[in-house]
Amino acid sequence: MVVKDVASVLNGKLRTTEVNTDRNVTGVYVCDLLSWVMSHARKGDVWVTVHTHLNIVAVALLTEVSCIVIPEGIDIEESTLKKADEEGINIISSDLSAYEVCCRIYDSLKAEKESK
Amino acid sequence: MRYAVDLHIHSALSPCADNDMTPNNIINMASLKGLDIIAVTDHNSAGNVNAFIECAAGSDILIVPGMELETREEVHLVCLFPDEKKALEMQEIVYGSMPYMPNREDIFGQQLLLDKDDSIVGSAEQMLVRAADIGIEEAVKIVRSLGGVAIPAHVDRNSYSIISNLGTVPDSLEVSYLEISHTCNTQDFLQSNPGLETYNFIRNSDAHRLGDILERESYIELDDKSVHNLIDKLRA
Repeated sequence: MVVKDVASVLNGKLRTTEVNTDRNVTGVYVCDLLSWVMSHARKGDVWVTVHTHLNIVAVALLTEVSCIVIPEGIDIEESTLKKADEEGINIISSDLSAYEVCCRIYDSLKAEKESK
Repeated sequence: MRYAVDLHIHSALSPCADNDMTPNNIINMASLKGLDIIAVTDHNSAGNVNAFIECAAGSDILIVPGMELETREEVHLVCLFPDEKKALEMQEIVYGSMPYMPNREDIFGQQLLLDKDDSIVGSAEQMLVRAADIGIEEAVKIVRSLGGVAIPAHVDRNSYSIISNLGTVPDSLEVSYLEISHTCNTQDFLQSNPGLETYNFIRNSDAHRLGDILERESYIELDDKSVHNLIDKLRA
């Protein structure tokens, strides 16, 4: 599963335009405390957060998550999107709740594993 | 007497601040803007406080030793101390509460330690922009026990603020001032946040760039211009 599959599975909108969407997705991490994410998120995770402050881009870079999903149709600051494009971090907007985002990605990853 | 203040300014020690946020630049800018009292409040650190105090010696600008603490809840508190020694004691406590994580300059920026002549004398090695393992209530108590005062920072913002992260200012919290950001309209803010009328508000810049430092627009009434009087006023 790669980042562009995440956008389609969620019926979400890819908000960054300059970033390659072929990064591999290996799991999901849901957390809104950036300090916690910095020490616990893993490379390849889809990071689901309601946090839209510019700093999420730096945290994503540090942790090497595959992309960021902002759930519940939350507005994202232009400055955050701009920085994400500059730094090569995909941000996807979804109208779904964080819970539903997790369920859908879990199902997709499970189906992918079972088909191997 | 009314004094023009800006009590939330970052130096080049904060990785998100410009590298030209040096003692001389900030003090000169504050002088140009006609400010009387400024505080240097870097993230989780007071490493440049001494440089600012020495640099300001002989000028009319009063420096308040400070830091911007990030609590466990990721709430920012502007912490002001009666002297450099107390600020450094707080720094020691904060550093001790964070597991070692080196800074990534390529991602977060440089954390420069400077002297009074703006020379770089070192870097803070560990990552400063993250949460200390100190809860809000405990943080306020510690700051007060050091003779200082804690002010919830930029409460009108939707991140790193006590309102955005906790939804409210807990009644038990020993604070009497709340900080609002430069562009906040206090009346609109109080309308959207009823129940906060009992607090005093102070406007600071949270400057990360020289141009962000306040003009003469935020004032505190004091008997005379001293760190001691300022802290007493903000603690009351």
